[in-house]
Amino acid sequence: MQGRVFNTLIAALAALVFSAALQANVEVYNFDKPEDRVRFYSLTDELRCPKCQNQSIADSDAPIATDLRREVHRMIQEGNSDDDIVNFMVKRYGDFVRYTPALTNRTWILWGGPLLLLLLGAFAIMRMVRKNQTSAVSDEPEETTQEDKAARMQRAEQMLKERD
Amino acid sequence: MKQNSRLKLFLPLGIFLVLCGFLYVGLFLNKTDLPSALLDEPFPEFQAVGLKDPSQVITRKDVIIGKPALVNVWATWCIACKVEHPFLTDLAERGVAIIGINYKDDRAEALRWLDQLGNPYLFNIADEDGRLGLNLGVYGAPETYLIDAEGVIRYKHIGIVDENVWQDILKPRYEQLQVK
Repeated sequence: MQGRVFNTLIAALAALVFSAALQANVEVYNFDKPEDRVRFYSLTDELRCPKCQNQSIADSDAPIATDLRREVHRMIQEGNSDDDIVNFMVKRYGDFVRYTPALTNRTWILWGGPLLLLLLGAFAIMRMVRKNQTSAVSDEPEETTQEDKAARMQRAEQMLKERD
Repeated sequence: MKQNSRLKLFLPLGIFLVLCGFLYVGLFLNKTDLPSALLDEPFPEFQAVGLKDPSQVITRKDVIIGKPALVNVWATWCIACKVEHPFLTDLAERGVAIIGINYKDDRAEALRWLDQLGNPYLFNIADEDGRLGLNLGVYGAPETYLIDAEGVIRYKHIGIVDENVWQDILKPRYEQLQVK
């Protein structure tokens, strides 16, 4: 009994998870070469739907995404290269349609930013470590409370007196 | 030394405020305002048929009418187009040339629409499969392009054209093209 409930739950969950994926791609595209199909999938996955901005044209149901998929298919069948197709789309819909933006004057910070932050972090850690090392070898502890200092001064004075 | 490290404590607050600034500005950015890609490019080559007469073949040279014109992308399924329509009729009466692209629409319904609401268009191109729209970078209707006398796209407006849009955005550009 419990097993059946569990199975039903799993089935319902699976239906929920996969229904969106099933709905999105109903049209069937035929390709002359099997590798063209792979190209089609990678291209439609990399191109962003202009209307529904957080989806690629591969998983959007918007009419414009359907049109763009059809256009990608046509261009592949006509023997265009991947670059040709991406350029065609960028020319019409702007840099915006690329999920992997080209490296240009405007996008270098996008590509270089993470590296920059990493270097910055490494630099900060290096400084902290070095500071810790120098303070560890110095004979005076860094944090000295007022009482500590006063007590030690007193002791030092006493030692000087004793020597005299 | 102590003063310095006190100041450092404010660093996260500073970063937080800068981030707030960016996010605040981001709130008011219009994300549908995509940069127009075909700006200052010639109107793309195409071959389509007329809306009224499906046997009439329309190509790029038909769009070049020797003076600046608006190219309006519309459809009967587009509610905003219905809102925009009376103003387009108004513009046409003021002597502005408007060419229509009936985008991914049903011919009979489109013709009925023009019958009932009036026809501000010089002529209409039937773009049933949306291929011309795709070539223009259309991703929704209504969209309005301003082209010059040589058929070069000078401006693209996404959304409804009304008196404000016309006065503030399109008219100055349109008049500038007329002078040339």
